[in-house]
Amino acid sequence: MSQSYDRGTVESFGRWLEFKPGMWAWILHKLTGWILVGYLFTHIAVLSTATQSPGMYTSTLQGLEELLIVRFLEIGLLTVAVFHILNGIRLLFVDLGLGLGRQDVSFYVSLIMTALITLASLPTFLGGAL
Amino acid sequence: MSTEIQQETETADEQTPEQIREEVAADLSEKRREQIKEDLNSAEKTIQLEVFRYDPEIEGKEEPRFDSFKVPYHRGMTVLDALIYARDKYDSSLTFRHSCRQAVCGSDALFVNGQQRLGCKTQMGELEHPVRIEPLPHQDVVKDLVVDMEHFYDQMEAVEPFFDPDDLPDGELEEQRQTPENREKVKLSTRCIWCGACMSSCNIAAGDNEYLGPAAINKAYRFAMDEREGSDRKQERLRIIEQEHGVWRCQTQFSCTEVCPKDIPLTEHIQALKRESIKNNLKFW
Repeated sequence: MSQSYDRGTVESFGRWLEFKPGMWAWILHKLTGWILVGYLFTHIAVLSTATQSPGMYTSTLQGLEELLIVRFLEIGLLTVAVFHILNGIRLLFVDLGLGLGRQDVSFYVSLIMTALITLASLPTFLGGAL
Repeated sequence: MSTEIQQETETADEQTPEQIREEVAADLSEKRREQIKEDLNSAEKTIQLEVFRYDPEIEGKEEPRFDSFKVPYHRGMTVLDALIYARDKYDSSLTFRHSCRQAVCGSDALFVNGQQRLGCKTQMGELEHPVRIEPLPHQDVVKDLVVDMEHFYDQMEAVEPFFDPDDLPDGELEEQRQTPENREKVKLSTRCIWCGACMSSCNIAAGDNEYLGPAAINKAYRFAMDEREGSDRKQERLRIIEQEHGVWRCQTQFSCTEVCPKDIPLTEHIQALKRESIKNNLKFW
């Protein structure tokens, strides 16, 4: 008679160091997806000030852009969005059955491209703020 | 240039068969010496095994624990060899499945150093020490390293894993011919040895008991893609795989493909069946 019991770290995320690229891609895709869904609410909240008056929208945006933390959050948002897009393209290829043997390489490529695009965006986001 | 070649040929020609034999023997004995050296070095080496133990039927052993065994290492030793040594030498109650010892029967899929592997196909020399051996995750444990495979077999049978053509050939012993291209298409999927490593590694199968799982879908692929079966049979096969807990549960984590001891591109086959099922349902009206 077999029995079920808690095997501790065997089945838990405690083994994250042993995750393979495909698994990391999946986790990061989920995570970035949820972050983008969360951002959508903030986005709508900011945009909705425009329904009050054009001045209110401008002053809200100006007020936000003055905060340094907002600049950093914007960089984070870009990173998240770019990775989600690039990995999304990778998944499209996976769905089409193209390059499945090199899926780990395409994951690394999307990570590197995300890093490069984020770095390239720094002057734009932090210009005048620092 | 041509003189050089001529000279070389001449030197080669000058070697008598005895000389060539001696040269080959010297080369071989060099290799043999290295092997003996390696064997002598490894003879003093022992490897520590950390083996998962659990026996719900014996008082005091119901709690899962790890036992350590020191096993003398030799070149070519597999995880299964080490387990057999530990069982024969130290504890005859140590329980694990094994049969053919050559990666054909699929009995000894284990969780070795955090990954699903076949015990008989995994070299001890390639693992980090101590070697931690556990039963396959996401399956109930019967005893020690033996897991309950019932659910896995149920899922395999759910895809009706048998060849079922519309017409049988006239003669009783007539071959049912398949084109080389079609054979090539299903070739890798026929390698499955039902070890259950893929199912155990799959995150989705762990959370959804009704999910067919990579092995069963691979088996479905093997027959759905076989050109010798009739279109009605194919429709029936597609109906099974495109159900809610069929191919669409796969989220392409590639865990199954990573662990498959027979190197079957499982994710690729699952994706192919997803496309097949879409093509089957696309209607332009």
